[in-house]
Amino acid sequence: MQPELIVFFVLGTVAVGSAIGMLLSRNAVYSALFLILNFATVAVFYLVLGAPFIAMVQVTVYAGAIMVLFLFVIMLLGAEHLERRTGADWQKPIAALLGVVLLVEAGYVLLSESVSLPGINVPAADYGAPVAIGELLFSEYLLPFEVTSVLLLAAMVGAIVITRRDAPRRKKR
Amino acid sequence: MPIISSTDLLAILPTAFVVVWACTLLLVDVFAGAGGKRLTPWLAALGLLAALVLSVRGGGLEQTAFNGMLEVDGFSHAINALVLGSGLLAVLLSVDYLRQHGIAKGEYYVMLLFSISGVMLMGAAADLIVVFLSIELLSIPLYILAAFAQPDPKSEEAGLKYFLLGAFAGAFLLYGVALVYGATASTRLSEITAAVAAGLENPIFLLLGAALILIGFGFKVAAAPFHMWTPDVYEGAPTPVTAFMAVGAKVGGFAALLRVFIVAFPSLGADLAPVLIGVVAATLIIGNVAAIAQNNIKRLLAYSSISHAGFILMAFVPYADDAVYRDTLAAALFYLLAFAVTSFGSWAVVMALEKAEGKGLELQDYAGLFRRHPGLAVAMFVFMLSFIGVPPTLGFAGKFYLFRAVLEGGYVGLAVLGVLTSLVSAYYYLRVVVVMFMQDGKPQAQASPLLNLATAVTAVGTVALFFFSQPLLDWAAGAFLRLF
Repeated sequence: MQPELIVFFVLGTVAVGSAIGMLLSRNAVYSALFLILNFATVAVFYLVLGAPFIAMVQVTVYAGAIMVLFLFVIMLLGAEHLERRTGADWQKPIAALLGVVLLVEAGYVLLSESVSLPGINVPAADYGAPVAIGELLFSEYLLPFEVTSVLLLAAMVGAIVITRRDAPRRKKR
Repeated sequence: MPIISSTDLLAILPTAFVVVWACTLLLVDVFAGAGGKRLTPWLAALGLLAALVLSVRGGGLEQTAFNGMLEVDGFSHAINALVLGSGLLAVLLSVDYLRQHGIAKGEYYVMLLFSISGVMLMGAAADLIVVFLSIELLSIPLYILAAFAQPDPKSEEAGLKYFLLGAFAGAFLLYGVALVYGATASTRLSEITAAVAAGLENPIFLLLGAALILIGFGFKVAAAPFHMWTPDVYEGAPTPVTAFMAVGAKVGGFAALLRVFIVAFPSLGADLAPVLIGVVAATLIIGNVAAIAQNNIKRLLAYSSISHAGFILMAFVPYADDAVYRDTLAAALFYLLAFAVTSFGSWAVVMALEKAEGKGLELQDYAGLFRRHPGLAVAMFVFMLSFIGVPPTLGFAGKFYLFRAVLEGGYVGLAVLGVLTSLVSAYYYLRVVVVMFMQDGKPQAQASPLLNLATAVTAVGTVALFFFSQPLLDWAAGAFLRLF
């Protein structure tokens, strides 16, 4: 067996396993931790595929920033434990049915029609490297980059403004 | 290769000026004392005025900037002038209202300026990425402004509703952009045109993408069936915010809609026509019929603004017709101007009668207005006439040019529908007039000098500009897009 294939299957097992773990665990904190593991595994996938930049973004943004925020929110709200009855029980059989339909459909397409996809052109070795992305970002895509920064500033100021509690008292007239 | 050239800077100068001014204002407001904070609105107005001067002075500039991300031309200059003028009116309306309602914070004007810079970018955006970012730059400050009167539950509801539905619509837009990129391998409008001309492998993706982008814009301009948020948000948001939202978001939405579709998707004109006709018909009918049932003046004006989006979209239907699209552009720009002037005026009158805690907004509160405050009543009368489209008001000229563009495009049925729904609209606009002039009541208006000034300027403008319709239309017609 090729080493790449072994890596793929190990990673795939971890990714699917952590995704299932996230869905099944009753404690929201465990779910979030499973999701972090899942994100990290996907990041390794990106590395294997030769996209180091996306891998780093996956780790820092998704597994890092966003999931930390998730954990904060879960703990602040004290919503660690899920109610056993969620009030959405009627959805379960429908979801299972739809899942089976999807599986059958995918299986049918894969097995009945001998799918042969054309090989993709292997990109250059430094394609998608951090240096190349940085150069593009600060030359061709300079304007969107700057607009994004203004956008983030506006969102940040706005979030502070509408959550600040020392707002001046409303005058009664 | 230089990252940024002086021509790039020149092209974006008015927009960049507004952004920098907003950031400066933010700092000034933090460090200013109580006395200094009173100056914030005037500093904001000064900045808008300076940007307007910059934009008009550079009015002859026509060029592509930032590697084709921006297209500065007559159209973008016209949009700049429109939105900066609207911003000035919005500041004028806001100063006293915010003070009276105890929500006078400097960040209000910072948010307003950010939103305006977003509209200015939308007028010049020639790349779908920039279109998306600028639409967000327009919207996010508006979400905040809609919720600015927190902890007033109505304002919070308005902000949250606008934010959730806006984010939803943004997702549609983004998905559309992704599909168009998938079909043409570019987000640059000019390169999309070139790719389409060279032939596509999957034209269906282009059509799907364009349709999803249309949904995104339809939400921004409040066209049916993407209008559900409008009455609630317009009603709940602080009134000066509503006044700016009604005009600013429409100007931005239509600016991007016109440029993106006319430049990038002329090949889809025949495919999209039935969809557009459906949207126009739904918007005109829902906007005008639902307005009849409203007793709250803010909701009435909200439905009225939906119907006006329908009128502008009507001229947009034949956008792919080479012989018509210039008239479409000119008529749409002209109507946006007419709508801006009339709409700001009517909101100014609403504000004059509005009391704390959402009182004074029912139609019945306008009874006897003519006896007590003849000036306000006459001004409102003028605005209502302009909304209906009765000469001699701007609204008449605007509708006339729109109908002309529709007829040139050969959509007689749409023009007939437009006239019929205009007749329907006369009912609810004139109802306001009847209540003001014929019924007895004791309305209490407390118009500040600034509000009176805004009302007078817009009322006079609505009538006086009518007599300059032709030069104005020529100005709008001069705002051609550069196509290539």
